[in-house]
Amino acid sequence: MQIIESGNVAAALGVKLSRAQVIAAYPITPQTPLTEKLSEIIEAGDMTAEYIPVESEHSALAICIAASSAGARSFTATSANGLLYMHEQLHWASGARLPIVMCVVNRGVGAPWTVWNDHQDSMSQRDTGWIQIYANDHQQIIDSVIKAFALAEEVMIPVMVCYDGYLLSHTYMPFDIPEATLTDSFLPPYRPAYCLDPDEPANLNTVTLSDVRTDINGVKAHGYMEIRHLLQQDMLASMDAIERVDSRFKNIFGRGGSPFIESYRSDDARFIAVGIGSLSYHLRDVVDDLRDEGISVGVMSMQLYRPFPYQAVAKALKDCQGVIVFEKALSYGYQGPVCSDIKSALYHYVGPEGSRPFVLNYILGLGGREILTKDLYEGLKLSCTTKPSSPDKPRWIGLKL
Amino acid sequence: MKDDYCRKTSHSKSGPGDAGKTGSWRILRPVIDPAVCIPAKRGTPSCYMCWLYCPDGVISRGIPPEIDYEYCKGCGICAEECPTKAIRMVEESSFIKEDT
Amino acid sequence: MKRDIIEIRWHGRGGQGAITAAKIVAKATFETGFPGVVMVPTFGTERRGAPVFTSLKLSRERIYDLSPIEYPDIIVVLDHLLLEEGDIIKGLKPGGLIVVNTPRPPQAYSFNGMVVAAADVTHLANKAGLPQGVVNTGIIGAFAKASNLSDMDTLTRVIEEEFRGRKPKENAGSAIETYEHTVIGGLQ
Repeated sequence: MQIIESGNVAAALGVKLSRAQVIAAYPITPQTPLTEKLSEIIEAGDMTAEYIPVESEHSALAICIAASSAGARSFTATSANGLLYMHEQLHWASGARLPIVMCVVNRGVGAPWTVWNDHQDSMSQRDTGWIQIYANDHQQIIDSVIKAFALAEEVMIPVMVCYDGYLLSHTYMPFDIPEATLTDSFLPPYRPAYCLDPDEPANLNTVTLSDVRTDINGVKAHGYMEIRHLLQQDMLASMDAIERVDSRFKNIFGRGGSPFIESYRSDDARFIAVGIGSLSYHLRDVVDDLRDEGISVGVMSMQLYRPFPYQAVAKALKDCQGVIVFEKALSYGYQGPVCSDIKSALYHYVGPEGSRPFVLNYILGLGGREILTKDLYEGLKLSCTTKPSSPDKPRWIGLKL
Repeated sequence: MKDDYCRKTSHSKSGPGDAGKTGSWRILRPVIDPAVCIPAKRGTPSCYMCWLYCPDGVISRGIPPEIDYEYCKGCGICAEECPTKAIRMVEESSFIKEDT
Repeated sequence: MKRDIIEIRWHGRGGQGAITAAKIVAKATFETGFPGVVMVPTFGTERRGAPVFTSLKLSRERIYDLSPIEYPDIIVVLDHLLLEEGDIIKGLKPGGLIVVNTPRPPQAYSFNGMVVAAADVTHLANKAGLPQGVVNTGIIGAFAKASNLSDMDTLTRVIEEEFRGRKPKENAGSAIETYEHTVIGGLQ
């Protein structure tokens, strides 16, 4: 059924269809309407779940960790400083291999305080061992939430579904709500291989020695490094699972097919703009205009950021002349994180003339600074038509110094 | 499936021997006085606070409870928790003197 | 930069329901031939009584640009006093339409080259059985008459769905009443 609603409602309906059993969240702008909607749905009896109000985001994720350890399908959501407050627990959830799903409604972080959109919050949590998926519109929000549970439970790694605060969370657009009977067959109830069992007490993630050791049964038990290595191995291997889950979803619902990157007018493009979230769709309009002027340019959006789909990225970009990365986040003291990662993925691909595409970085839209179509147009056009100088230094769009 | 998953995390069972024969770490030895110990006195399985609190799982639920000195590290938690003060912590050196 | 998007900017006050009005029009127009519909509210903290606006974009194709409207085709004003408070018709295209809730006739306004559709929604809504000051459903009637972008059957049905359990008949009635009493003028 097609409806017109906000992005936060799309996320809430995705959680409802996924039949999450425990939801713990602390309200923060612009995530608030998502958790409000979920508490309304549960209060009205339209969903069987425990909604646990908490006093902080740290506690919200702690509750999800406990609930997930006990075998319940668990969900939380946050934004910005709320996500940062969870930081320690983020590492815990992934290290403990718990299939928690969290929506991150992207917002800039303080100081100075802001409530508006950029990607600094989730980008700065890149290395916590969570899978990160970014949605470009409301359809991708609801679909990604449902797929995220299936994925998390297959690979036993928690998943963040990230979407732009306000730009997506508070805007209204049409999207399709999948049929509950179909989502139930796509996502059966969570049956954990292991969960807490009072009849079989165990120590979970206590102090783990630097070296391997023999456990009480005389079996060699992993040390800290083995466990961390397995997380890395499984994170990389999860790309296969992501493709499988996506294609299974596509077979049932007819949507998907590009779980890593989504390309637009890029097949023959000499230049490719890269963006995340709603910005990547905004860039499509700009690319249409530039194409009308005869400039060979396309757009690639990053749908998956961790694990980094380095092979898909390199395949999509290695043969073009220039890559222009538009980012709403910054690794202070260097450049945008996506830009660095893309350059790293291209390192092994040297063209016939010993060259690789140039990679340029634009920083824009921080703290909700309005992104004007004409600014995107001018920046992209300039990058496609002039030889880049000092490419390692990001340029800023929309700055009013 | 279950074992595969458990080996991806730090997962262990509490019990003696996880860190080798830890009995040699002991400076003080817990000694149970059967005249004061509740299950020993009553002759029924009861109390077992020492069993419950032992962080290394080296105390049995017998009558009286038995301590496995091969693994007991001598932390003294059992003596601290015993409601009737039936467990005394005794200098380990005094046993060495006895043995020789 | 796309030329085929109809852009409508709604001006109201926090709590007046401009977003709900725009949402109802979005749903109705989506059903009646605009598969591309995007409604972008003012981002940030909303305070009751403070001026707010929301952008509604309609297109026969999918809309990718979520930025607020700069050059609207239509401006809808839920409170005529807003016309005096700020430059709310900023960017309105030449020959553009201003739909306004006002006790005054359209001739009372002089916006060079613009069409003014006026209705006393505050009065008409009250007459239709709504509490004083509930104007967001009524203004939809004025919008429908002046813009021709959706039909009243669809609009009143969507209003009744949206206001299920909250005076649906009166809200739909307010839109019909206003539709009938909207006077279109201007274009001097």
